[in-house]
Amino acid sequence: MTIQFNDESFRDDYTFHNSDWAIKRFPFPFHEDSYMYSVNMEQHRGGPKGSVYEMRFDVDEHYVSEMKDRALVLDEDPLRCQSLPHMTLAGWDLLELIMVSKSEDYPDLFELHRNGNQWRWINKPMGIDHSFTFMDETTLPYGPMEYITRQAQGDFAVLDQRDEMLWMDAGMVTTQADWSLDFDIGMNFFEWHAPVPKAHEMGIFQRALKFLLNIQQGAPARRLNWTMTVNPLLDTSPENYHEWGIQKTTLTPENLSQKQHLRVELQTFFRLPRSNALVFPIRCYLCNFQDLMTVPKWGRRLHRVIRDLPEELATYKGFIDNRPMMLDYLSQFDDGLPTSPGIWPDLETEPPLSK
Amino acid sequence: MSGAEKIQVKVTEITPLNDLVTRFRFERVDGGQLPTFSGGAHTVVEMHDGPVTRLNPYSLMSDPFDQSSYTISVRRDDEGRGGSLFMHRQVNLGDEMTISYPVNLFSLDLRARKHLFLAGGIGITPFLAQIKQLDVLHGQWELHYACRNHALASYADDLTGRYPNETRLYYDDQNQAIDLKNLLSGQPLGTHVYVCGPKGMIDWVRNTAATEGWPADCIHYEEFLAPKPGKPFEVRLAQSDKVVHVGENESLLEAIEREGVDAPYLCRGGACGQCETVVLDHAGNFVHRDHWLTDEEKAAGKKIMPCVSRFEGKTLVLDR
Repeated sequence: MTIQFNDESFRDDYTFHNSDWAIKRFPFPFHEDSYMYSVNMEQHRGGPKGSVYEMRFDVDEHYVSEMKDRALVLDEDPLRCQSLPHMTLAGWDLLELIMVSKSEDYPDLFELHRNGNQWRWINKPMGIDHSFTFMDETTLPYGPMEYITRQAQGDFAVLDQRDEMLWMDAGMVTTQADWSLDFDIGMNFFEWHAPVPKAHEMGIFQRALKFLLNIQQGAPARRLNWTMTVNPLLDTSPENYHEWGIQKTTLTPENLSQKQHLRVELQTFFRLPRSNALVFPIRCYLCNFQDLMTVPKWGRRLHRVIRDLPEELATYKGFIDNRPMMLDYLSQFDDGLPTSPGIWPDLETEPPLSK
Repeated sequence: MSGAEKIQVKVTEITPLNDLVTRFRFERVDGGQLPTFSGGAHTVVEMHDGPVTRLNPYSLMSDPFDQSSYTISVRRDDEGRGGSLFMHRQVNLGDEMTISYPVNLFSLDLRARKHLFLAGGIGITPFLAQIKQLDVLHGQWELHYACRNHALASYADDLTGRYPNETRLYYDDQNQAIDLKNLLSGQPLGTHVYVCGPKGMIDWVRNTAATEGWPADCIHYEEFLAPKPGKPFEVRLAQSDKVVHVGENESLLEAIEREGVDAPYLCRGGACGQCETVVLDHAGNFVHRDHWLTDEEKAAGKKIMPCVSRFEGKTLVLDR
């Protein structure tokens, strides 16, 4: 299908919006009526047609506007994209992975023509038609990782693997849930996860590291993660906290349904062949409460999850102060009926709201 | 299903190199391209030898960026359980085989300013791919390659012909040996050392480097252990509720798989840690042979690596 790309903003006037198509395919992250950490990994090999799981790198109606927002962030703060010198080969790996995947998965939008190392890349939504020499940085306007991730939605952490450990040695991070590449660059897996509450005691990170170290070529994996964001901001970075943090206090019972967004990350993991590094794309999806409540199952479930979430997690995810107001709103959409298992909307089978 | 993704290939070249080593070239059955890989990666080759299925890891030695074919070199082990004999005697040109996607447990540290390679015998193979990778990356490297004699020194002439300044050979029959202490002390800062060869050589390099004050994370090594034959024993698999007899010439992992129990693995050589299995009960002695468990874990008797380790005694119950 051909995607109609939205012309929208993620700052200032916040014209970001989801179409009905985007709402129905929103990756709702709760498979049951409660939430706790788990190493909730599964293989990333497609999924239901039209879902965000279907393609290796999902492209949706927000693509062109998200790439414009990324360019604005990078203009103001070039350190959002960094690659330590030994990571250039991994950057070429990533460029190849994204170009091959997108041209195969969306042939109407992207084309890749290869003749040995002479490559031609066509990105129709962004109006790019570029010939270059693979593995020759001088033929690209940026390094290979920066070049391709200026054309791919979501953040990208490129992790070197050495000594049974992963290292945050390169990345493009402009749509993050309050973490900083510039702060984390060069850190190992345990160091960059140090701020997360509870999970260390639960042994989550030891198990997750073991899993990630063993992700092999040809066998990518995925999981969902989530948080809350007031206003459809892609760039909720520590660097700009002074700009977006204060916006959390602008929430009122009247504007909450439009301003409060559930922020979901589709995290995928691919082994990169030439460098043996691991790439960790973190794709952000936003949906405001009003749109989420159009799916009765999600209305019931979101209320229960937010109500019962342990206090440390609500604090860590940054919405502890607004939780009572969120629950006042969400409780209108919980009629106490049971919900079907799994994350899918089940619009045909789940009953409408009965209150 | 356990292990890495599989690829169907056919054997398109068999090249005997000397009395012990033969090279095999694989191309995809469907004519497509093989995945690129990183120097130091191995593939696991499936061998169907009558009723016995063996899965042996071999280092990929071809150019990692060449997607038309993979090559491996197999050293014949007349004392082993038969995997290398199968490759040498029963694999013919045109045969179709199943191999795994590349898995790398011995990759280059790309931060290194210089890569110092120490090879013993057939341990040369991963370095052949790493050298080709460094050619593309314009990396600095040096190879010291020890063999029994010139006749058995696979690829030695190619290497000295192509890289005369980087390659140094040592032959046992001429009483030549790597002067390791001097070699290490002459290296520039930022050098990483890689050793692949017999266990004695790996231990010697690691110990010497440690004594000379090298940080452990600058020393990289790979030794695939072939599972060794041993006395037969019985094992009870608690989850699947089966009692399995492990024969003299099969590994514990192979016996578990023979009974249709899916067990995780990658390297099948005691290095990767994937097949780590919890021991629920035992009366007898473990024969731990892996590089994965720590000495304390081996002494505690709560875990076993079934790809290479065995058991001698009355009762062994595994959580599998």
